[in-house]
Order: sequence, then C-alpha cells, then structure tokens
Amino acid sequence: MTRRVLVALALVAAPVAAQRPPAALAYTQLRNPAQEAEARALMETLRCLVCQGQSIADSDADMAGDMRALVRQRIAGGERPEQVRQWLIARYGDYVTFDPPVGGTTWPLWLAPIVLLGVGVLIARISFRRR
Amino acid sequence: MVGVKRWLVWLPLCAFGIIVVVVMWGLYLPADRTVYSAMAGKPLPAFNLPPAVAGKPGLSDRDFRQGKPRLLNVFASWCIPCIAEAPQLLTLKAAGVAIDAVAIRDTGPAITAFLRRNGDPYARIGDDATSRLQLALGSSGVPETFVVDGQGVIRMQHVGDIRAEDVAKLQQALAEAERGE
Repeated sequence: MTRRVLVALALVAAPVAAQRPPAALAYTQLRNPAQEAEARALMETLRCLVCQGQSIADSDADMAGDMRALVRQRIAGGERPEQVRQWLIARYGDYVTFDPPVGGTTWPLWLAPIVLLGVGVLIARISFRRR
Repeated sequence: MVGVKRWLVWLPLCAFGIIVVVVMWGLYLPADRTVYSAMAGKPLPAFNLPPAVAGKPGLSDRDFRQGKPRLLNVFASWCIPCIAEAPQLLTLKAAGVAIDAVAIRDTGPAITAFLRRNGDPYARIGDDATSRLQLALGSSGVPETFVVDGQGVIRMQHVGDIRAEDVAKLQQALAEAERGE
C-alpha cells in the first residue's frame, strides 16, 4: 500500500522535477542600470502569452521568465527596445504589445474617445442654448 | 417637437436591445483567443539545438531543407495535452510522416521516460532549455505543431494537441507542401 502511494506520488512529482531552472536573466537584473531600466520599461509593455492579462514583467509564468531573459539579453547585446518589440511583433503579431499601433482593426479604439468627446460637446451646447 | 419626444421614448429600449444582441453574440460565438504565430508562410529561423536525449540527434534548421516536408512538434514531458496527442503523432508516423521535435524546458531522463510511456514518433529532438526556438517560432505554448515544407518554409501551424479529427488536416497540409502548392 505504502509503495503504491509512493509510486503515485512519484508520478505526480515527476513533471515538476522534469522542469529546468529558469533562464539566467529571468529573475536577475542587468548589471548596467540604464540598460536594466530600458529592459524593464519594455517588459511592462509586452504581453505574457500564457497569462494574457499580465505583462511579462508582472508574471511568474515560465514562459514570461524566458521572455524577460530574451528581452534582457537583447538589450544587453546593444539592441534598442523598439527593435526587440518589432522582433516579437514579427513572430506573435501586434497582440504581443500592449500599445497597439493604429491599423485596420484598431482605429475605432483610437477614434472612439474623440468622437464621444465631440458628441458630449454637442449635447452640452444644445442644453445650454435651451436655457 | 412632441413627435420627436414620443419617438425618443423608445431609445432606451433600443439601446438595451443592442446590448442584449452583443452579449448573446459573445456567448454563442465567442471570439477565437488562440494566439497564432505570425511566422506562417515564412522560412524557419536559423537555429541549432543540442540533442535532448541520448541516442537521438539534435535539431537544426538545415534538417528541414532536405526537400521533403516534415512536422516540427513543440512538446515537453511536463505537458499533459502532449500525452493526449501522442497516439495521433504515432498514427502520422505510421503513415510515413517525418516528425522532429523540440523539447521545451525539459531534461533528458524526463523525456526518455515520457517517450517510453507514450511512444516515440520523433526522428530528432532538440533541447530548448530557455524557450529560445519557441519564441523565435512565435509559438505560445505546448503542444504546437508546425508543417514545414522541403525548403524550410513554415506552411501551417497547429495550436494545441492534435486530436483524431486533426490528423487528416495535417496530412493534407503535408501533401500540399510536397506538391509545392
């Protein structure tokens, strides 16, 4: 009986033991503070792909850790944050960045506040004129 | 003016109706939240991964430019849906499909145990300890499967485990890649 329980436990624990430690720069800051600040700012605007409401800076997911390591390595290698962002967009689409560029499907997002503000001004003008 | 006011009475109901339609739409036809790779139609990125298990070669992008289409399976021994898709991969292998794999954040002994338990459809397995290749492929999880033609161009991406009903779709994509369509 005890042996069966142990085997069952080993089976449950095996997948955990199979995982590697996180990538070197997933939880370690860069030595150069200016580069670390750039990397950090970029990470806060990149979406974690397996925990989609979080940025990779906020997430403890393994994949977010690997993405942080990638960002830090590329920044340390001399790339500009915008180049790293474009590299990821080329692979995952605009979805990966929290700051969507104006495009075919996102223009209502940018236009709606302006339109709503205009409607508000119009309603206010009509109401005041009536008085 | 009175006529306009009478018409305006219906406005809140109309607004409510529109909201009901939008909510029903979302309930019955939920948006596809799958994150697809933007690399479909593009060549594989250059990579060279060491072997993940003893007795099986590692994986490089050159292995996909031998003139024959192949499957690139992104998997891990810690991934539960990968167990579910294992029988389908074995079916594809039995049908003569060449399958290579990249193991994500995995260790040799764990992969060996996984293959012993679930069958081994792979010709080569590359070791991707920090998701390097996975990120370069635009893959957002395990398992995923890429159909790569004989020139190393990604023809199709299948996200999630391969179900029995997906096998024919993959075989068709492989046949189209072979014919160069």
